[in-house]
Amino acid sequence: MKLKLHVNGAKHTVEVAPMKRLLDTLREDLALTGTKEGCGEGECGACTVLIDGAAVNACLVPTCQVEGAEVRTVEGLASDGRLHRLQRAFLDNGAAQCGICTPGMMMAALALPKKSSLEQIRAGLAGNLCRCTGYMKIYDAVAQFLAGEKR
Amino acid sequence: MPKKSGRDGGARRAKSRSGELRTVGHNVARAEGVEKVTGAARYIDDLVFDDMLYGATLRSTVPAGRIVAVEKDPQFDWTGFVFVDHRDITAPGRNAVAMITEDQPFLAVDRVRHQAEPIWLVAHADRARLAAGLARITVRYEKEKAQLDFETATEVLKEIAIKRGDLDAAFARADVVVEGTYRTGAQEQLYIETNGVIAQPGAGDHADGITVHGSMQCPYYVVRALRVLLGLPEAKVRVVQTTTGGGFGGKEEYPSVLAGHAALLARKAGKPVKMVYERHEDLIATTKRHPSIITHRTAMKKDGTILGIDIDLRLDGGAYVTLSPVVLSRAAIHATGPYRADAVRIRGRVMMTHTPPNGAFRGFGAPQSQFAAEVHMDRIAAELGIEPIALRRKNLFNTGDVTATGQKLHDSVAAHEVLDRALARHAIATKAAAKARGKTAAKGAVKGAVKGATKNGAAANGAPLRGTGLALFFHGSGFTGGGEVKLASKAGIALTKDGVQLLVGSTEIGQGTRTMHAQIVAESLGIPYDMIDTADPDTARVPDSGPTVASRTCMVVGRILQRAAEKLRAQLGDYDDGKSFKKRARKLLEARGTVEVIEEYERPGDIVWNDTTYEGDAYGAYAWGANIADIEIDPISYQARCTHFTAVIDIGKAIHPILAEGQIEGGTLQGIGWALYEDVVMRDGKMHNASLTNYIIPTTLDTPPITVEIVEHPYKNGPFGAKGVGECPIDGPAAAIVNAIRAATGKRLDAVPATPERIMKALV
Ligand code: FES
Ligand code: FES
Repeated sequence: MKLKLHVNGAKHTVEVAPMKRLLDTLREDLALTGTKEGCGEGECGACTVLIDGAAVNACLVPTCQVEGAEVRTVEGLASDGRLHRLQRAFLDNGAAQCGICTPGMMMAALALPKKSSLEQIRAGLAGNLCRCTGYMKIYDAVAQFLAGEKR
Repeated sequence: MPKKSGRDGGARRAKSRSGELRTVGHNVARAEGVEKVTGAARYIDDLVFDDMLYGATLRSTVPAGRIVAVEKDPQFDWTGFVFVDHRDITAPGRNAVAMITEDQPFLAVDRVRHQAEPIWLVAHADRARLAAGLARITVRYEKEKAQLDFETATEVLKEIAIKRGDLDAAFARADVVVEGTYRTGAQEQLYIETNGVIAQPGAGDHADGITVHGSMQCPYYVVRALRVLLGLPEAKVRVVQTTTGGGFGGKEEYPSVLAGHAALLARKAGKPVKMVYERHEDLIATTKRHPSIITHRTAMKKDGTILGIDIDLRLDGGAYVTLSPVVLSRAAIHATGPYRADAVRIRGRVMMTHTPPNGAFRGFGAPQSQFAAEVHMDRIAAELGIEPIALRRKNLFNTGDVTATGQKLHDSVAAHEVLDRALARHAIATKAAAKARGKTAAKGAVKGAVKGATKNGAAANGAPLRGTGLALFFHGSGFTGGGEVKLASKAGIALTKDGVQLLVGSTEIGQGTRTMHAQIVAESLGIPYDMIDTADPDTARVPDSGPTVASRTCMVVGRILQRAAEKLRAQLGDYDDGKSFKKRARKLLEARGTVEVIEEYERPGDIVWNDTTYEGDAYGAYAWGANIADIEIDPISYQARCTHFTAVIDIGKAIHPILAEGQIEGGTLQGIGWALYEDVVMRDGKMHNASLTNYIIPTTLDTPPITVEIVEHPYKNGPFGAKGVGECPIDGPAAAIVNAIRAATGKRLDAVPATPERIMKALV
């Protein structure tokens, strides 16, 4: 079945089974492999993308469900070779170690309310597992990013 | 340097004692950072090769039995399938995973010894067809009796003994003998990227060779395993590590098995074959941390002096030997904890069970044995009526003391320092927390909290029980005993027209290997960090630097690189900055074509070890740690929660402070997870909760604020004083938490994970 997708500001038409996981469509049909799979059952958040600004697990979403919606993945963050401020903050604070959780973690962070307190950051990232960092540096990165947003 | 956020916890960097350093000790940009934050980094599952097939594994569904028949459903359309079984492994190749022994087959022959043991391999170009086909193959077994419980097991895979002094005399002199038995459960590494490889027929000019790309810690282990499996010379085997999404030991030995499987399929199919495990398969099939049961008997003087320590330690090895002998060795050497005793006896055994083999996991046995040691210290304190801190201070290692193996600790002993710093940091954190709650800290609450012997939580009207616990620990850096000599690791530096390229087989698995090595070389050469490039971890290009394990990558391999840099510097003659370095480099390159300096490990002269008697300098240096856990227990659900955690670790020198803190924070949280949440439930020899839905690792909400402080007590044979950092942090949290639970409840648990069921059982 032909589906029209909006991903990172670009329009794509893909020929996929409507129930194909959005995660697989992104990775296989659009070669956007920045979105990762850690569990395939909605537990780890490695596959987090934004759909109309809301963070969702792409492993649980059938592709047909996002027709007409705006999908944003990690590949859509940097523009013209310039890193997004959130990416900079992850680098500066050592928030990416092995990096496998990083794309999903950043997408989840982007869906946080602008004035999030530390408690809100923790709650907002509770669906994203990181096994490397102990989360501390991720809080630092997200807090630095949000502090900049406020200004 | 980024501004610290307002979060509780937080890290404090030790002031650099080496004011002159320009790169080392600074938070330079992470080598592969940009690819990781843009999604450009290619992990194994992101790669697709032309004409590639997907591979899958048919596994046993009984823990022990004879294979009677393997049958394919004749109704199914098998077009396009490739099958491999043990008969596809032909001489000179051998059906044996080359590890310490060769007891484990790549594919079962006529018997299976554990659940999920590989029997057949299947490949197809279409993943859905592959899954459908796999489900249409059945194995018939004649079941055999399985030994699933290691505590009652009798077959010993490995035994070691450490003896020092006159134990009988020590016990005869004792005022009190304190005895306790402690248990720890299995733990899954749970790297977020599962195990995966792609094998491809051919290696360079050798059409009959094999190339494997994959997620792994030790490319040269994989080379060796493939050579044995396929009977190939080293030149025909090429292994390339792809960006690896976490390892923690779980990608030390297992990738050898998976690479072998993919290689067999690829050779039979004549095409590339990708095998990437789904989470469930990764959980049921790959190695875990060894469960342990450890009994301590301690001969004590009334004043709190330890006279003699007698330890019996058993680990559950699973069905095959894998790396268990070395895990046992590290467990045993660390089993006393950081305490001196004139008489020590440690008996260690790995028991065989019909369960999937256990293997490497961060800490490598030391977390288990030091859990027992530190919970036992609190028991001794309680039985003697001495404060736990005072008891520890009395027996803690000082410079000049001798360890269980008879190693005299000459330098870089920071056992007391980390304790002092942890108490200070914990006091500050406790005050801040009390202030935040709008109360003033009760006088003496901090010290009293760690006293441990008293119940300091109030259970009245459903309020949580609160307690604080302490653990002290140490961790030897590098391979045990003569291991580093046997490894004879190599690493080096090649001159390029823009600077240098590092030739090193150590892998980047998230811990910052590339960055930290580049810093060491930049500093040693006196050139800017950005002039250092690192060669891809491809065995066709880089030498064998030994495995990326055992907290050895900085201290041991970093030192080899430092020596290579010093030699290169001598060859280049005088230069005073990056620019003049480049000029000289280009000249030298013109004259010689290529300039490479490869250095090999050199044993520091003062390290002596006897592998037969288990005596001598077990490790060149130790990292030292102190943990303080604050916990609370919900009196209704019995769920324990860590509310604050203090970790002070001495690592000699933080080459890159942010990366080093990241290691400490991550390792600490993994330890907290092991202590409170991570419960591998086995049924009939198979992991029953093999999914992320019910094998729980800490989320942000389970994670307490972690206060980290790095202590830098330099080691003379480490690069810029550095020792290991990766593993030490995971040795303490479980004991600190269990000691805190005892402080909160007055009841002993003596086991992890401290699940609500276990806590309830202890309390009611
Ligand atoms: S892969 Fe989607 S939540 Fe884990
Ligand atoms: S950085 Fe490795 S899982 Fe988060």
